[in-house]
Amino acid sequence: MKEGVARFWREIPQRYNFIGNKCGSCERIFFPPREACPYCRRKSLGKMADIKLDGKGKIITYSIIHVGPEDFEEQIPYPIAIVELDEGPRITAQIVDCNLNDIKIGMRVESTFRRIQEDGYTGAIYYGYKFKPAKQIVTESKSALSSQDMCPLPQTKLQQ
Amino acid sequence: MRDVAVIGLGMTKFGELWDKSFRQLIAEAGSKAILDAGIEGKEIDAMYVGVMSSGRFVGQEHVGALVADASGFSRLHIPATRVEGACASGGLAVRQGYLSIASGMNDIVVIGGIEKMYDVGGTEATETLVTAADQEWEAFFGATFPGLYAMIATRHMHEYGTTREQLAQVAVKNHANGALNPHAQYKREIDIETVLNATSVAYPLGLLDCSPVSDGAASIVLCAAEKAKKYTDKLIKITGSGQASDTLALHARRDICTLDSTVYASKMAYKQANVTPKDIDTAEVHDCFTIAEICAIEDLGFVEKGEGGKAIDNKITTLDGSLPVNTSGGLKSKGHPVGATGVAQIVEIGLQLREEADKRQVKDAKIGLAHNIGGSGATCTVHILEVM
Repeated sequence: MKEGVARFWREIPQRYNFIGNKCGSCERIFFPPREACPYCRRKSLGKMADIKLDGKGKIITYSIIHVGPEDFEEQIPYPIAIVELDEGPRITAQIVDCNLNDIKIGMRVESTFRRIQEDGYTGAIYYGYKFKPAKQIVTESKSALSSQDMCPLPQTKLQQ
Repeated sequence: MRDVAVIGLGMTKFGELWDKSFRQLIAEAGSKAILDAGIEGKEIDAMYVGVMSSGRFVGQEHVGALVADASGFSRLHIPATRVEGACASGGLAVRQGYLSIASGMNDIVVIGGIEKMYDVGGTEATETLVTAADQEWEAFFGATFPGLYAMIATRHMHEYGTTREQLAQVAVKNHANGALNPHAQYKREIDIETVLNATSVAYPLGLLDCSPVSDGAASIVLCAAEKAKKYTDKLIKITGSGQASDTLALHARRDICTLDSTVYASKMAYKQANVTPKDIDTAEVHDCFTIAEICAIEDLGFVEKGEGGKAIDNKITTLDGSLPVNTSGGLKSKGHPVGATGVAQIVEIGLQLREEADKRQVKDAKIGLAHNIGGSGATCTVHILEVM
């Protein structure tokens, strides 16, 4: 089902420039930006301020997609991951510019601006972020991960 | 709050039902449940129907009224309401019907659940199912539904040492149960090599780690317990009903490997029923993917967090184990017509408690639990049923 262009256009600040927001009450950072902080709720209303994120982080988990939607068929097989940004928020994105076998939990990654999908030959092309291995590849072995690194609670990370 | 009894059960066969329409399926399941209960149309106070996406699967919305009409009740003008919560639509419909009786508003309610998924092609079905995920922040970037559960699996394997073989054994177990269920989509056993060698869908999950696309419908009749004696000798009550929500996107959850909606919904249901996980004799859990059953038995408190894989190795959840899980074959083997699933789970638990589950009967089953998930865990319902 094809959607109107406005639906994609209005997400440009987030998808092109990593604009998230910060709760003025507890200072937690969110991406994508939230209308209200789920920790402070009413205290956060009107106090959510935009903030630009660095687009650097590490892989929390991943999968290799072998059966995908029509718009992604040409990319199969492609890796998809949950990345924890250094500022705290976790996001879902593709991993690119590396061998499928090299992708590991804990791997440092950085964002890169790419084409995500397109509406056929004549339709709109939608851009956004994907992640590639960080310049200095640091792969944490499983035993080296502290218990806090193993799926930390969002609040412990967000308070940094 | 009034006690609520289950007095009627009915379901269609699940599978590729090319010769049956949406309205034929729901009418078949509904009339089976109504005949099973021994009620008449004019005794029905309300109907609730769980459907995920009839608009995309068969191009038809407004299905509350359609279901009442198709079931032959148009001249009775019964209030009929459609309920939606992705793959938990059926469980939500059960809970809405339950609440309407418990509140004192209604005495007899018919619940339906249905999905007719084969009227569209595989691609359209996949794209419709992923609408249960976050469209803007998961699906837009190429996440598929199996991909989301695959990411739970990758993390579970990393944190707890869960193995590919343990995942595969969930499918083997559920197919063994499904082989005994006349309504199942896949009435055949499979061996572990077949699961491990199946084509990859989303690493680490293969084709046989995934529940299928299915057509099918299920229905139950609920009645105020104080009036149920008129219709049945064996009183089966819903003693606990829980529901919880969580973030729509998997990545925003407290913990990737824990479905907190399951934790909260089950706590609510256990507390109301005044039972603990140890008291459950059999459970139908939401195994849309093999990893989902492992997470479910952990998050429902049947085993410690991280021990789900070992529980499969130790055969705790097989038909002759200490806690048989998914005796119906589960979503994996019985089939997963998404809106029907939550209702069909109650049908299976009802059959077990009535000792009518034939070759898959669990001995002395007195307390059963049904666990229904929407999306990757944003919605969950848990119901506890007991023989009184």
